[in-house]
Amino acid sequence: MRVVAAMSGGVDSAVAAARAVEAGHEVTGVHLALSRNPASYRSGARGCCTIEDSNDARRAADVIGIPFYVWDLSDRFHEDVVEDFMDEYAAGRTPNPCLRCNEKIKFAAVLDRALALGFDAVATGHYAQLRTGADGLIEMHRAADHAKDQSYVLGVLDQEQLRHSLFPLGDTDKPAVRREAEARGLLVADKPDSHDICFVADGDNAGWLREKLGDRAPNHGGDIVDVTTGEKVGSHGGTYGFTIGQRRGLRLGVPAADGKPRFVLDIEPVSGTVTVGPRERLAVDHVSGIRPRWCGTVPERVEGTVQLRAHGAEHRAVVEVAGDRVEIDLLDPAEGIAPGQAAVIYDGTRVVGSATISATRPAGVRA
Amino acid sequence: MTQPLVYLDHAATTPMLPVAVDAMTRHLAGVGNASSLHASGRAARRVVEESRETIAGVIGARPGDVVFTSGGTESDNLAVKGIFWSRRAEDPRRTRILSTAVEHHAVLDPLHWLAESDGADVELLPVTSEGVLDVASLRDAVSRDPGSVALISVMWANNEVGSLQPIDEVVAIAAEHAIPVHTDAVQALGQVPVDFAASGVDALTFTGHKVGGPYGVGALVVRRDVPVSALVHGGGQERDIRSGTLDVPAIASLAAAVEESVKHQHEHAVRVAALRDDLVRRVVEVVPDAHLHGTPSGPLRLPGNAHLGFPGCEGDSLLMLLDARGIECSTGSACSAGVPQPSHVLLAMGCDDDQARHSLRFSLGHSSTSGDVDRLVEAIGPVVERARAARAR
Repeated sequence: MRVVAAMSGGVDSAVAAARAVEAGHEVTGVHLALSRNPASYRSGARGCCTIEDSNDARRAADVIGIPFYVWDLSDRFHEDVVEDFMDEYAAGRTPNPCLRCNEKIKFAAVLDRALALGFDAVATGHYAQLRTGADGLIEMHRAADHAKDQSYVLGVLDQEQLRHSLFPLGDTDKPAVRREAEARGLLVADKPDSHDICFVADGDNAGWLREKLGDRAPNHGGDIVDVTTGEKVGSHGGTYGFTIGQRRGLRLGVPAADGKPRFVLDIEPVSGTVTVGPRERLAVDHVSGIRPRWCGTVPERVEGTVQLRAHGAEHRAVVEVAGDRVEIDLLDPAEGIAPGQAAVIYDGTRVVGSATISATRPAGVRA
Repeated sequence: MTQPLVYLDHAATTPMLPVAVDAMTRHLAGVGNASSLHASGRAARRVVEESRETIAGVIGARPGDVVFTSGGTESDNLAVKGIFWSRRAEDPRRTRILSTAVEHHAVLDPLHWLAESDGADVELLPVTSEGVLDVASLRDAVSRDPGSVALISVMWANNEVGSLQPIDEVVAIAAEHAIPVHTDAVQALGQVPVDFAASGVDALTFTGHKVGGPYGVGALVVRRDVPVSALVHGGGQERDIRSGTLDVPAIASLAAAVEESVKHQHEHAVRVAALRDDLVRRVVEVVPDAHLHGTPSGPLRLPGNAHLGFPGCEGDSLLMLLDARGIECSTGSACSAGVPQPSHVLLAMGCDDDQARHSLRFSLGHSSTSGDVDRLVEAIGPVVERARAARAR
């Protein structure tokens, strides 16, 4: 096959590209320029948006011996990922931009362009496994290295996207990938992993949002109210600075009556009210989702598990699908579930699909 | 890759001429710092001065006008900053620098830096849709307040679209007020007739690797009576305005390349322009809406430059698809930080973002053949079709 290897400049995508070559594919390395102004987003070679990363990717391509280009996806990335990120926070939700980037950029804009230019597939350094099922459909499974598994952020891919995807690292654990990078002479072997959102400098979400949202922020402050008493216990500088389940940085002026730590339970962007309460009030046993995306055949009902945030736990669940909505009953309650995050649905290790969380119901409250 | 590469990017860099390789290799193993006083030093100095005389002889300058540098970017920086600083030091009212919107970044970026960090008032004058300086705007800008103009810098020929600039008229306007003129002639030397003294400019930039010489060496040709402040301080080797031990083999090689390319400029230009015209005609036959940017083929255009727009395509896609077929060209866009930006030259010529992104520069040179043109003509149809499909989705 003719394969575009998306090369971020990190160790994973470099080894993935090398493996694609070894598998006999004709591979072209492509670094995605996602930031409109590389200097403005973040510095340091940790993310995927810096000139150092582009150079690292280029050197890796040299070592592997493949052609290398930079594709400018900055406009698409800004529209589909960065703007969406801001809109979601402004609406009091907690988006996952990596998922969005996979759905709209890496396996959409890049894949479409690659196919049109005569390529057959896009290879990335994501940790997930693809297999052909008995029905001939491509199945996506969790990675062999469960600690590095990235099937959650790939849960938005449909069958057509999966058919044109390669994840060469899915069967390997991270230490082995680093050893392999070193053995292959790839200088990125000891480069640190990226964890933060690639376009937010220093991981300072709230600071970034404050600067970028400006007038688009639904509010620039409001009350923090305790759910148990209904009383104001503090104030804040903008609801976009909060996420459901957050404990740190609340700076409550009034100590809780019961002396227990407080967590964010609800965010109301219009009134600007942030509701806090004790940990037990975070538990939810039902999740509603919209915008479902299915990896294969659309199911009616799934008895399996769901994962409700990146690196989050698996919860046993029963998922009912009704058109463009999914209703998820959790058999084990979950805590700190934020609307805007994805609910990724699994059958064993296989990803069935995903939906964007639109609402949750506190545990114990039966509809 | 079974077929040989088709190299159509001579404006980026062109292969070294055999005489230049000979001159360089002849001196590489020698010893002698051209500033040393002993026999080896004198021998090295002799090579440098003979090279200087050779260059001066073929470009219409006096040997003392030639200041060796590390290449085009350094020469441009030295001219723009060095002349600006000296002229302003003579008269603090001289804060303005007039230039064009289509200069190379080696001129534009020093200008931006001077404007941001050093109080210069930089005016980038507009160009026509063919990328040629609007002379009336220069005349207006000068006459608004001639005494405040420290320097005028206008390139001899544009590196992207190949348009020659009206240097004669620029010099005539500047001369009325004794304003010095610098020209970046990196793309012009060896391609079109360039005579320093006859042109009337005060300073002229050229570089080795665009004329079949080595990388990392070039010169600023600058009249002795034009004051230039130094950028690089040290031993003062070059007229006290440029320091650094002289690179004897590179300078010898540069001189050989300049001599050879200038002596054969006319026949080279005739041959290469014919290839270029053939290329443009046949590409347009295959892709009817492809169109040439810049001045028309003829005396006002670099002979080797074919800058073509392919509506409905991304230049990046075209470049990649051609590269995969062994055909090498350029999108002409500055690739700052790896992010391709639409060309400032095309934007200044009135192209919109899309038009600025759908273009490719093919540049022919001394090693180009009709076989190269055949290979491109053969490939361009399917490549454009694919790039359009990639764009249209």
